[in-house]
Amino acid sequence: MNKVIRIFIKDSTLIPVISIVLGLLIGALIMLLGAYNPIRAYASLIEKAFGDLYSIGETIRQITPLIFTGLSVAFAFRIGLFNIGAEGQFIIGSVTAAFVGIQFDLPWYIHVPFAVVAGGIAGGLWGSLAGLLKVYRGVHEVIATIMLNWIALYLSNYIVKFFLIEPGQQRSRILSDSSWLSSSWLSQLFDGARIHYGILLGLICTFLFYVILWKTRQGYELRAVGYNPDASEYAGIHVKKNIVRSMMVSGVFAGLGGASEVLGVFHYQTIHSVFPGHGFEGIAVALLGGNTAVGTILGAVLFGVLTFGATGMKFGAGVPIEIINIVIALVIFFVAASGLVKAIIDKVKKKIISGGSSLPTSQDWKKGV
Amino acid sequence: MFKKGFISIILSVLFLSLVLSSCGTSNTSGGDQIGADYQIGMVTDIGGVHDNSFNQSAWEGLQKLNEDTGAEVKFLESHKDADYVPNLNEFVKNDWNLTWGIGYMMGDAIKEVADQNPEARLAIIDAVVEAPNVVSVTFKEHEGSFLVGVVAGMMTKTDKIGFVGGMDIPVIKRFEKGFVAGVEAVNPDAEVIINYTGAFNAPDQGKAAAATIYNDGADIIFHAAGSTGDGVFNEGKERKKNGEEVWVIGVDKDQSITFGDDITLTSMMKRVDTAVYQVSRSLIEGQFNGGEIRSLGLADNGVGLPEENPNIPEDVLEKVEEYKQKIIDGEIEVPSE
Repeated sequence: MNKVIRIFIKDSTLIPVISIVLGLLIGALIMLLGAYNPIRAYASLIEKAFGDLYSIGETIRQITPLIFTGLSVAFAFRIGLFNIGAEGQFIIGSVTAAFVGIQFDLPWYIHVPFAVVAGGIAGGLWGSLAGLLKVYRGVHEVIATIMLNWIALYLSNYIVKFFLIEPGQQRSRILSDSSWLSSSWLSQLFDGARIHYGILLGLICTFLFYVILWKTRQGYELRAVGYNPDASEYAGIHVKKNIVRSMMVSGVFAGLGGASEVLGVFHYQTIHSVFPGHGFEGIAVALLGGNTAVGTILGAVLFGVLTFGATGMKFGAGVPIEIINIVIALVIFFVAASGLVKAIIDKVKKKIISGGSSLPTSQDWKKGV
Repeated sequence: MFKKGFISIILSVLFLSLVLSSCGTSNTSGGDQIGADYQIGMVTDIGGVHDNSFNQSAWEGLQKLNEDTGAEVKFLESHKDADYVPNLNEFVKNDWNLTWGIGYMMGDAIKEVADQNPEARLAIIDAVVEAPNVVSVTFKEHEGSFLVGVVAGMMTKTDKIGFVGGMDIPVIKRFEKGFVAGVEAVNPDAEVIINYTGAFNAPDQGKAAAATIYNDGADIIFHAAGSTGDGVFNEGKERKKNGEEVWVIGVDKDQSITFGDDITLTSMMKRVDTAVYQVSRSLIEGQFNGGEIRSLGLADNGVGLPEENPNIPEDVLEKVEEYKQKIIDGEIEVPSE
């Protein structure tokens, strides 16, 4: 397990960039195989994601939840924990926020923070469950969080069905508008897109993520546990407490994401038949971002742009949306298989240093390996 | 060695891709070409366009429209609830002449887009959206389901019949109520076991639900569950192979085409394709009644059994015809909720 985690916390910017380029190139190759025009496809992807104000607003809307879940997963990784449960914590956060949004009637300056904080805390508690199970019962957090995802999904459906249901619909009632994170002013600014203040919340969380981990004693302890739990224990750090705490903070990030999504985009909670998937995407975002604050934002932007722009690819160039999933998978593959990418980088570097042309000659190929 | 192999693979892929890309896709269309200047799009719900069900049926309707009139047609699939609005907007903001939303789940999204773009024209299947620029098409599923209920009631040998629903929403309730009423009309002793899986896109849950119902002694299952129903068919097929005498009644399309006559007793067809075709065609011909709510039943051929039913004996089919006429004449009022 530790090996896996070490791959995830490798600090490098070059590897993700090259992985993205490789992913896009191979994606283009696959498009060619399917008789699609890759240049037109990527052009329409960009056009869709940034073409006009509406698109930009919707792209930001798509990016927002990924920042939260990315931070959630990245935070746990820093402590050496693999939080697959961002998905469940996200759902718990959203259903809690929906509950507060529907059941209470307050002025907006109380209602909004109340709903957001409630969502965050609920997500945090949900996350800390997995931490407690690990510490006191030795249940591996991967197993615990996967199980808790399902429990969260059906618990949320239960709460919606029995307390919040809009009769005849598969969703809750609409939240009272005093709890909304969206505003018509912001929406108008982006030509009616569903961009909402959750993005600001996400940026604040990113800042907090950095401050907690690198500017506090607590963060130092957390990272120490991540590097070597035994040594930390020996140094007098309370490892168990730190594990529970980190799962809690991790859950808070995901829970806030869920709250922002329901308060900002939908204004209701649906009865989910499948996972919405933001939490799982968060794993990839964290991986791409090397578990750093800025990296997570960049990872979320890449993911958001690719997934939202995919529709444009389908619309403009007829390329099936599945292709973009292949591209995303390839990017993740190359980041995870960083050794492979590194070998390529080293080869290229050597060529440049040795003074010859950076392009391999046929002689080189013949030599083989 | 590794490198050499790698390069040759890349080269051959490149070569292949050049050959293949020269094939391209041709888009010929016959018909009278009256719709050549029209662009009509549709957005699927999360079931996707290959759901063997109403999304697919809607797309077939649009494809036929393309063949007949030359209109440009295109679909976008939604993978999450959040995709509905941007997908609809993709068509609307590009000034497509008509945008379809397929499925009850898209009602809210259609309403939102219709309100924000009063000049756009939209249409929706299975939900009623009250807006001056939206045509709503619903079906009297209970009428068609009554008829397959008659078939099931007459053909069951165990006097136990199953119903597998997707989500517990008004549309699916209409299937259930009509079906149960149909069974009761011809076989008051038969019991209908009802199971809602809670999802339209979970074949595994459909299979599990079907297994439970068959284990309880039922020999015919009617499903109204989108691609969840694929699982019902799979379970039925496996049992058939083991010598059990079981049947499945399909939904939305003639599902014997997909799953075969050996397992498909009949299907409760919902002519989404016809509805999509008709509304789109009348738009091309210059008529679009925004705000209109169409409800298609047996009388409009909007629902009903397929033409060919090789597994149903003649006397049962006669009975079905008899009930069909009674429903059309208003002699029988089929409950819908």
